[in-house]
Amino acid sequence: MLSMNNFFEKSDISRSEAENIVSDTLSKCDDGELYLENTKSETLLLDDNKIKNSSYNSDLGFGFRAISDEIVAYSHSNEISKNSLRQSSENLKSTLKSVKGTYNHEIPKSNKKYYDNINPIEQKSLNEKIKILNEVNNYLRSKDNNIKQVTANFLGEQKSVEIIRSGGESLTDVRPLIRFNVSVMLEKNGRKESGVYGVGGRQSYDFYLKDENWKSVCDEALRIASVNLESKPAPAGEMKVVLGPGWPAILIHEAVGHGLEGDFNRKKTSAFHNLMGQKVASEGVTIVDDGTIDNRRGSLTIDDEGTPTEKTVLIENGILKNFMQDRLNARLMKTRSTGSGRRENYRHIVLPRMRNTMMLSGNQTQDEMIKAVDKGIFAVSFGGGQVDITSGKFVFNCTEAYEIVNGKIGSPIKGATLIGDGPSSLKEVSMVGNDMMMDPGIGTCGKAGQGVPVGVAQPSILINKMTVGGTKL
Amino acid sequence: MVKDQEFLEKKASYCLGLAKKLGATESSVIVNNSVSETVNFRNKKLDESNRSDDLGIRITTYIGKKKSSISSSNLLDDNLNILIEKCVEATKNTPEDEFNSLPDKDLLAKEVKDLSLYDDTHIENDQKIDYLKKLELAASNDKKIVNTESSFTQNKSNFILANTEGFCAGYKTSSFTASSVIVAKDEKSMERDYEYSSKCFFKDLDDAGELGKQAADQTIRKLSPQKIGSEKIAIIFDKRIAKGILSTFASAISSSAISRGTSFLKDKVNQKIFSDSINVLDKPDIIKGLGSRNFDKEGVKTDTLKLVEQGVLKHYLIDTYNGKKLNLKSNGRFGGTSNLYFENGNISFKDLLNSKSKSLYITETIGHGSNIVTGDYSVGATGFLVENGEFKYPINEITIAGNFKDMFQHITLANDLEFKYATNSPTMMIEGMVVAGK
Repeated sequence: MLSMNNFFEKSDISRSEAENIVSDTLSKCDDGELYLENTKSETLLLDDNKIKNSSYNSDLGFGFRAISDEIVAYSHSNEISKNSLRQSSENLKSTLKSVKGTYNHEIPKSNKKYYDNINPIEQKSLNEKIKILNEVNNYLRSKDNNIKQVTANFLGEQKSVEIIRSGGESLTDVRPLIRFNVSVMLEKNGRKESGVYGVGGRQSYDFYLKDENWKSVCDEALRIASVNLESKPAPAGEMKVVLGPGWPAILIHEAVGHGLEGDFNRKKTSAFHNLMGQKVASEGVTIVDDGTIDNRRGSLTIDDEGTPTEKTVLIENGILKNFMQDRLNARLMKTRSTGSGRRENYRHIVLPRMRNTMMLSGNQTQDEMIKAVDKGIFAVSFGGGQVDITSGKFVFNCTEAYEIVNGKIGSPIKGATLIGDGPSSLKEVSMVGNDMMMDPGIGTCGKAGQGVPVGVAQPSILINKMTVGGTKL
Repeated sequence: MVKDQEFLEKKASYCLGLAKKLGATESSVIVNNSVSETVNFRNKKLDESNRSDDLGIRITTYIGKKKSSISSSNLLDDNLNILIEKCVEATKNTPEDEFNSLPDKDLLAKEVKDLSLYDDTHIENDQKIDYLKKLELAASNDKKIVNTESSFTQNKSNFILANTEGFCAGYKTSSFTASSVIVAKDEKSMERDYEYSSKCFFKDLDDAGELGKQAADQTIRKLSPQKIGSEKIAIIFDKRIAKGILSTFASAISSSAISRGTSFLKDKVNQKIFSDSINVLDKPDIIKGLGSRNFDKEGVKTDTLKLVEQGVLKHYLIDTYNGKKLNLKSNGRFGGTSNLYFENGNISFKDLLNSKSKSLYITETIGHGSNIVTGDYSVGATGFLVENGEFKYPINEITIAGNFKDMFQHITLANDLEFKYATNSPTMMIEGMVVAGK
């Protein structure tokens, strides 16, 4: 394979000169690297019957990191030049002037790849993409007279990264990523409601759009909006909650995922920091964080420190087994990196992050769960969530939900926030379904101001007690 | 050092010239550079240093009513040549939109007033470290404090905005920001809270010791929270949460939401949407204001707008494109508001707390629970139960919910407005909302 991106081609500094600066700067450090990145991305947006935005972005830069004990020194710039790299080096040295460490070279090797080296942007012409967006608009508007607004967009990206470590070791990856989103707004009898759906992952647009697949994305967005048009106020208070499979696994991401990231546990600021080896979920609940599923949005061949990703078991049959680690937190906690070191781009430092976080299947059916509920809600689709990792309290916002009355699904209810307590909520899971499903591939996780693409998956589950934030007392 | 005006202007005019040569009928360009230096402390020790030097360019080209844009962080001429060619090519292939255009020439800013937005002072890392030492010392007094993380950032930015109508202007801005996040623990619970100060001028920044003490006090008082039952109760929003409600209001009156019909405030100009005494201002010319500016991101001059007068909505926030669509002139709000605030109410903070025998004081909300299409609002919340004007005990794992259309009509504001952020509100009470708890 040809070298993907020669970062030094148009620069006044050669690769070997850069390698020397890296080795010199990091000689007394415990860890660190020069991270180079070139991202090409495009956005195409149809809104209000028109192509509203057609834009292309090309982003190039480096981030230089040196670590000694717990101290991280970081410097980044857009200019890959002798001057700029030297200035960064001086910056790092001045922060770490009085410290010394032993450079840890070891990065595990793997030949596995979880996506192809493609540039999705170039695989489809601008005209073809505009044509599909217009077809989406016409298709939806001809389907339902109550449609007042249609928004559809393509987001495509190719990110090339190279990691140069002390001694000249180089690790590279080329990561494609696409997203296709549709949102519709309906208006009927003066009431407005919207529905959103999308698909995406690390492969070409064609994979998601072949055979007019885009129609099923449109249908789903319209279906959610139509359901919401008939929704009544959501109840307020503690009750039983059945979650559908797939996207509702945002629950897992917020309730336990963030709390199991290495940094918060090293600092002992996570509600989980002293629970390793203990029961944190009901029997039958197994949760993994997996970066190795082909073409998934949260998958990575190597993480942003060069470590190959893996399938990390976080909770096995209810027992807490592992945290997610980057190299810094792993070293300080005397364990190994799980290939979870990620950054939004070269402007940011590496943090331990989730990839595809999944609860594995159990034996029960969704039907059994609904039948087991006298009064509660059935939540199918979610907009997002958030967690306070210290208190452990987390929320997630449902965008499609129904009431359950005497074991039967009733009327749709308005979107509401659900709130729970991370370390205790998974102990309230009383049934785990046999229908595990991946999300459609559109999730972005935010932490410390950095957004990274992630995935989630789960089967249907029944939670005995959660607080539903509706308005109906 | 942040790049000077001359460098940015040269890049801008190069791009405009090249776009024209390649067939663009009109174009606009924004070039910016931002240099920021951060030092982080954790548990009274140096934890991280971070220096960033960001260059950015964004070019929009028009061919008649066709439009496309590109952006990049690579300002080398070689790269700009490729990108501008790509941009003009994409413009040719993008369908026409009758509302696409540069701003009307007579709306462009004619002068750049000095609003004192740039402080030349350079704070060396050693000075940042001194500030953080003092801060963390004050924050760590109580033995219930188990983790402190504090940060000091100096940012210097410069930009040039230019277009083919002859507009070419920009200026430097600076900010100095200190923050502290504290974790406290007792037998029953572990809680986190924070305090923050950000100013254009270093000398205006909050005292390190006071900031640290404030952050610690706010965290300790949250320990051993309780969950309350579900009920309808008056909610008092701390200033740092109340400003978020004002931001939601601003997104609901943005001309893009209005022209697309996706806002619960569409067609509400000249109607009463807030309670009687409420006034909302957006004032771009506050000296040293965190949201101050001379013109918006299209170069249109920004004047003060009284968005809400005695509860009545008077203006939308209008940019060129959506203005043309709505048949309204841009009022210089491309990219949103400047210094947005509720004018003071006429009741003191203490009297507001005392005005109900029982209320809930909210200091933090989590979740993205604001829907501007329907006005529905539902978020997770943390705070305190207030009885007869006294903070009784901390509360968590509850949600608060309502609909902005009703909430806005039941707002009472205290008279304690301060300009701590770009968007500011006095302490706010809203009656009629529902708390979901046990």
